[in-house]
Amino acid sequence: MSLLDLFKKKSSGDYAKDRLKLLLVSDRANCSPEIMEQIKNDIIKVISKYMEIDAEGLDIQITQTESESSNGSVPAIYANIPIKDLKNKSENK
Amino acid sequence: MSEVIVITSGKGGVGKTTTTANVGTGLAKLNKKVVLIDTDIGLRNLDVVMGLENRIVYNLVDVVEGNCRIKQALIRDKRYPSLHLLPSAQTRDKSAVTPEQMKKLVEELKEEFDYIILDCPAGIEQGFQNAIAAADRAIVVTTPEVSAIRDADRIIGLLEANELKRTDLIVNRIRMDMVKRGDMMSIDDVVEILSVNLIGAVPDDENIVISTNQGEPLVGNDSLAGKAYANICRRILGEEVEFLELSNESFFKKLGNIFKKSK
Repeated sequence: MSLLDLFKKKSSGDYAKDRLKLLLVSDRANCSPEIMEQIKNDIIKVISKYMEIDAEGLDIQITQTESESSNGSVPAIYANIPIKDLKNKSENK
Repeated sequence: MSEVIVITSGKGGVGKTTTTANVGTGLAKLNKKVVLIDTDIGLRNLDVVMGLENRIVYNLVDVVEGNCRIKQALIRDKRYPSLHLLPSAQTRDKSAVTPEQMKKLVEELKEEFDYIILDCPAGIEQGFQNAIAAADRAIVVTTPEVSAIRDADRIIGLLEANELKRTDLIVNRIRMDMVKRGDMMSIDDVVEILSVNLIGAVPDDENIVISTNQGEPLVGNDSLAGKAYANICRRILGEEVEFLELSNESFFKKLGNIFKKSK
């Protein structure tokens, strides 16, 4: 929807798609949004030991991926973690 | 080799029965021997969509319980002699049949028919378990709505767990005008979310209501939905009625391709 992009207005179809994607994460993982939130926080904690990351921009999802060993797709955790500064922590040492 | 296809969706009211009626009729039109089984015990529907409601003598539960032979319960379609319906029981509940009984019944029907199509009830309870136990492959029907897609995702997971050979998707009731203005998820959106093979897209077409009123499936007629169902049937037979450019093309061009091929 290029025209809608121009006005920076999200269409209801896009809302539906975004809501569904979030919904299916917890459905597929068979775990509640709270547990997903805990996983997310733990990931932030671990990675933050080594580099500065953008916790706000962190995106974690459970998706389907093609498995090499078994045929068909298997669930996979996909995390997109924007790094703010790579060197920051090491320099502090 | 005969094939057993279950038509399922999770959510009710998305078009399972309409799809079963049209796919079954479409396959019969392509000279296949087809039997449709209504597995929704207690809520009989497929007979009225097919226009065969006045011809029912015996039903699925009668066959399973041995009150009659299979042949006695099968209703031959009034238009296509190679098409048959095994109606559901209206006065019993879903526990009247077990997955094992359903498997046995389907095995016997395999000797006689090319395609056995199971109209699955909504939900994921015993009726669903019965239907999928006997199936080789599944067609999941959904509409471009959050609730229907969520349920479809759950169903696809359950089908995978039951190790069906193949699962395909039909996106039903698409309104092109709404997709165009961004107020409905597109076919691409739905396929991306569910990551399953698309076997057909059916537009929201008032001709469906008319055909259901008349008890005559519209597959193969001049309406958009009729053409869409005819294409789905050809794809079921393994024919390449491809929408190859699916991912990059605009919705309209893609839909144009789907319908163009049926002419």
